[in-house]
Amino acid sequence: MKSTLKNLLAKGGPFIGLILVIVLFSLPTETREFFLTYHNFKIIFTQTVIVAIGALGMTMIIVSGGIDLSVGSSIAFTSVVGALLIQRGWSAAPVVGAMMLSSALIGLLNGAAIAGLRMTPFIITLGTLGVARGSAKWMAENQTVNYDASPINQWMTTADPAGYALPPGVWVAIALATLTAVVLKNTVFGRHVFALGSNEATARLCGIPTVRLKIMIYALAGCFFGLAGLFQLSRLRQGDPTVAVGLELDIIAAVIIGGASLSGGVGTILGSMIGALIMAVLRNGSQQMGWPTYFQEIIIGLVIIVAVFLDRLRQGKQA
Amino acid sequence: MIATGAGLRLVDIQKSFGATRALRGVSFQIAPGEIHALIGENGAGKSTLMKVLSGAHSADSGTMELGGRPYVPADPHDARLKGVAMIYQELNLALHLSVQENILLGAESTSLGWIDRRTSRERARSALAQLGHASIALDRRAGEFSIAEQQVIEIARALLIKPQVLIMDEPTSSLTQSDTEKLFATILRLKAQGVSIIYISHFLEECRQLCDRYTVLKDGETVGTGQMKAATLDQIVTLMTGREVKDLYPRSSHARGAVVLDVKAVASEPRLKRASLQVHAGEIFGLAGLIGAGRTDLLRAIFSLDALAAGEVCVVGGGDETATPRRRWRQGLGFLSENRKEEGLMLNQSVADNLTLTKQDSLGRWGWINGRRQREVAQRWVDELRVKCRDAGQLIGDLSGGNQQKIAIARLLEHPARIFLLDEPTRGIDVGSKAQIYQLIGELAAAGKTVIVVSSYLPELLGLCDTVGVMCRGELAAIRPRADWNEAEIMRVATGSA
Repeated sequence: MKSTLKNLLAKGGPFIGLILVIVLFSLPTETREFFLTYHNFKIIFTQTVIVAIGALGMTMIIVSGGIDLSVGSSIAFTSVVGALLIQRGWSAAPVVGAMMLSSALIGLLNGAAIAGLRMTPFIITLGTLGVARGSAKWMAENQTVNYDASPINQWMTTADPAGYALPPGVWVAIALATLTAVVLKNTVFGRHVFALGSNEATARLCGIPTVRLKIMIYALAGCFFGLAGLFQLSRLRQGDPTVAVGLELDIIAAVIIGGASLSGGVGTILGSMIGALIMAVLRNGSQQMGWPTYFQEIIIGLVIIVAVFLDRLRQGKQA
Repeated sequence: MIATGAGLRLVDIQKSFGATRALRGVSFQIAPGEIHALIGENGAGKSTLMKVLSGAHSADSGTMELGGRPYVPADPHDARLKGVAMIYQELNLALHLSVQENILLGAESTSLGWIDRRTSRERARSALAQLGHASIALDRRAGEFSIAEQQVIEIARALLIKPQVLIMDEPTSSLTQSDTEKLFATILRLKAQGVSIIYISHFLEECRQLCDRYTVLKDGETVGTGQMKAATLDQIVTLMTGREVKDLYPRSSHARGAVVLDVKAVASEPRLKRASLQVHAGEIFGLAGLIGAGRTDLLRAIFSLDALAAGEVCVVGGGDETATPRRRWRQGLGFLSENRKEEGLMLNQSVADNLTLTKQDSLGRWGWINGRRQREVAQRWVDELRVKCRDAGQLIGDLSGGNQQKIAIARLLEHPARIFLLDEPTRGIDVGSKAQIYQLIGELAAAGKTVIVVSSYLPELLGLCDTVGVMCRGELAAIRPRADWNEAEIMRVATGSA
């Protein structure tokens, strides 16, 4: 009985959580009208995109036993890079490439410092958090970077309330999530990520090039953070060096709520995506209830604690 | 011999962990002001006994008396308060705190929650003075001192609560000769103050030099006790090892082929000083020695898990690129860690992933893993080695130790390796799995593979191996054919009393 409950928590925990918050917000009279409509979910999905794409990279990093605190700064940095390039007349495709590349570079530096200098990811990425944020402000001369127009601006829009089509950002997120899930599950690279996080000593003993692998993981995750930066730019329609402060915490929370373990070796893309949705639904619902933002913050904080507690229950099964 | 009412007395202590009977009835007595050697092979039950004494484990049955009153410690802290202190082999100091803070840790002098500096200082100083080390500066950080001085600091901490019994586990294992002599002087001072000292050591010469009496443990039982002066080293070694070799070890017929691995005077930090050996195709090579003698370090050096400080490892036909564990696997070496949980296996991953971790590249094309093929490979070994598990997708952490070990070995078999480095392959597993692993090692040698086995269990080495090398204090001291060894002889070389 007890073990079936734990099993249920382990397998479907995040999903049950998502259903629960949706049901809770569709009951009150204040939200009943609008909450469960397609258009509202279109908004929720669109609001999830940035955290979700960030969570793809973060899931890889956390499963490998690491952490990256510099995501928010990377997103700001790349959005400034993107805006500056658009100002200079670059077209959309090379801008996207350059943004991913610049963020991958930050990831590469993180990975090289962590693996090469054998320093803790927490400290290194805390350092990069400052470096990337400062560099973004420097490049942007400490103000927002505005540009006239770009097709990029259309990728996150929910402007047309009658339209049923989801904005491209949502589709990109879904496609990337599927791809990442398959890669993590079915490729040598993916299994090595799990091996590294589950037991680095074993990975080393079994001949996995752990240093190279770590650098690859952070660099690849950097590509995802660059894309998150792209959709941040698309949403704001300007490069803002002060955007996404603390966003890494939302992203880490999504991954943890999704069932990943901070000690590594455990985590799924599906879980992280549901985690990201849970947070978006909570925000959306709270807004419609007319709750102040500080109340949303408290609720999301509590959800993280509950999720980690459930994670501990699950770990107890294995001990 | 000893008046009841004084010192520490243990009668018929028993302790089991699951199906393993670690202590099968140990009796033991020590008088005030006595230094008593506790001797036994690895796994004889010394550690368990000390954990029972220091309150870390509680005994299943038997009685303990301290100073004539029943002694039942609830936990290590309670044991300390009742007068039994323990100095572990691994020192437990907070290296960033000062000497004084370390000595007073957990027993600070306070008034109203504030540390009473003057009293604290005096107590710490008097504890050090009692040991003859008043010169150690109380304000310096503990980490600035040598291992020997740190040990003194730790003993001073134990003295703070005026212990009647002080247990020391392998206190000299990381000390130099002159530091050892200083430690002995310290121990003799404590003896003169009436403290009972239980001295655990593998180094029999040291025990003879220092101790008044001895007790020998074997397989969880007291097999001998007496005056140190009246016993010869040979008598003690015979007590430690004298047991029948069971017919667990199948002798396969295997012929020795060409040299496949040539290890030339390797050394590595911190323990391995110098080891040379040559192993041949079809040979089972055993490595004996005490814990900490450098056997695991030697295997790790061979497998490039630790960097070489000196010497050279040549894998015949392996080329001479930079050695890494990855390259070693490619050269046909395979390493089985003695530490399944920390190093050998990924406990929260599946049986199949654990088994195929070294060769996932070859389970599909272009970096993709053919999941069905991976499961088939794993299932084949599960069947072949009769591993008890639901299926190859089950988490390996859910299996028993013996079954986990079979999977860890299957990883080498599947790779496939031709030189097997097996570190304590039968540690902590059931007898059935043991016999199966012995069988498997025999078959490997018969098929022309090479096996190097590290084991602390001498009958196993003597039953299984063609050649046995014995290590002592980081050096490979002697290599001889099995016929030239017996248990007593191995122990003599391993304890440095040859």
